[in-house]
Amino acid sequence: MRITVTVNGQPYTREVEPRLLLVHFLRDELGLTGTHWGCDTSNCGVCTVQLDGVPVKSCTVLAVMADGREVTTVEGLERDGELDAVQKGFVECHGLQCGFCTPGMLLTARWLLDRNPDPDEGQIREAISGQLCRCTGYENIVRSIRWAADASHSQEARQ
Amino acid sequence: MQVPAKFEYERADSVPHALQLLERYGPEARIVAGGHSLIPMMKLRLAQPEALIDINGLASELGRIAVEGDELAIGALVRHAELLDDVTATDLFPIFRDAERVIADPIVRHRGTVGGSLCQGDPSEDLSAVFAALRATAVIQGPGGTRTVPVRQFHQGPYETAVEPNELLIQLRVPITPGTGSAYEKVERRVGDWPVAAAGAVITVSDGVIAQAGIGLTAVGAEHFCAPEAEQHLIGRAPGEEVFAEAGRIAAEHCEPHSDQRGPADYKRHLAAELTRRALARANRNVPGSATV
Ligand SMILES: Cc1cc2nc3c(=O)[nH]c(=O)nc-3n(C[C@H](O)[C@H](O)[C@H](O)COP(=O)(O)OP(=O)(O)OC[C@H]3O[C@@H](n4cnc5c(N)ncnc54)[C@H](O)[C@@H]3O)c2cc1C
Ligand code: FES
Ligand code: FES
Repeated sequence: MRITVTVNGQPYTREVEPRLLLVHFLRDELGLTGTHWGCDTSNCGVCTVQLDGVPVKSCTVLAVMADGREVTTVEGLERDGELDAVQKGFVECHGLQCGFCTPGMLLTARWLLDRNPDPDEGQIREAISGQLCRCTGYENIVRSIRWAADASHSQEARQ
Repeated sequence: MQVPAKFEYERADSVPHALQLLERYGPEARIVAGGHSLIPMMKLRLAQPEALIDINGLASELGRIAVEGDELAIGALVRHAELLDDVTATDLFPIFRDAERVIADPIVRHRGTVGGSLCQGDPSEDLSAVFAALRATAVIQGPGGTRTVPVRQFHQGPYETAVEPNELLIQLRVPITPGTGSAYEKVERRVGDWPVAAAGAVITVSDGVIAQAGIGLTAVGAEHFCAPEAEQHLIGRAPGEEVFAEAGRIAAEHCEPHSDQRGPADYKRHLAAELTRRALARANRNVPGSATV
């Protein structure tokens, strides 16, 4: 089946089998290996991408379901060579160790801040509760997202 | 790597089109909504449909939540996250807020749908208990038109529902009764997990006594996800801790939990009683205008 998916602003047309999962379409067909692939059972959340702006677990979405729609992966977060505030937050606050969970965490963090620019700790923890991190104990991930919220505020204040 | 077996894929562009496609592909075709029960089963080859009919494009027909007369209508394609965010629904029925906050995790809730939950018919499905407690009605559409089935008759056994292979669940309708409070209580092993046990309660208080009661139970082998004997005990009595505890005890007596990796049967039975009691007490507290008991 022929599908066209807009990934990080760029349309890609490919012939795919209906049974191809979105995670493999992104990684194997498009070479966008920033989207990780872990449990394969919709539990760990490392495969999280945004589908029309909403985080979803791409191991449980068929590529054909994304036909005609927009996908954002971690590769699409930076703008004109500048990292997104959530990426900077993870750098500043040591929000990753091995980095396996990080792309998914970043896309959920971006979605959260778009919806709620000033989330409290509870709201951040709730937002990322469908994603597992084996390294950080989550503390620094929460701090990183809070850092991004604060950075965005102070940027607005300056403008 | 888990890969589903091969299947044909069709995208429906209207409810009648979906029904035509079901007719064309026959009983080996399956509807896919959020896909968060069906796709994992296909990946494990526990399900091998010959064709998938995707209804995700039908949000304008099946994705609405609206008050219609004295009922709240919830489209089958409403996502868990949309129900949780819908203030009209969660203010009318706090049981939705309670339950949706603990169904799966926020990312899964972006995809999974209300209709998919009911049609999946998993014996641990949270929304089956919620809609049973609310005495909702399911609206089903087939080649011959629409028909309605009370949710309490919708589930005919594990993974078996009243929806025929050539039909679509299109809507859930929940009666709105003044003076009604509702709540949901669930015990899970960890965030995002299916319930060890859960109970929902809906009570209507009129002139100081319980005029109507609905109790929904999931994961504990309650027939049709409800507890009619316990509901009967409540009718005509003044709401209070002792009455609620007795209803919990009766509910637990009539369910049939099984031991599994989520816990032993006697623990689940204990939870059925305790969670019913707690849900009733909280439902009573949020009856509009109620004095706290
Ligand atoms: C990690 C994880 C954790 C979860 N935890 C919970 C939990 O704690 N509690 C809980 O209750 N659920 C849980 N779920 C299940 C979740 O609620 C699913 O989203 C839901 O069961 C199915 O909804 P869906 O839209 O994804 O259905 P799908 O997977 O698309 O479909 C499920 C079944 O229903 C049929 N179907 C779907 N829509 C219709 C329709 N309109 N008419 C006729 N047939 C239809 C399909 O053909 C299929 O047989 C979890 C799921 C996952 C992946
Ligand atoms: S790989 Fe998708 S949730 Fe784990
Ligand atoms: S940084 Fe290693 S899993 Fe999160």
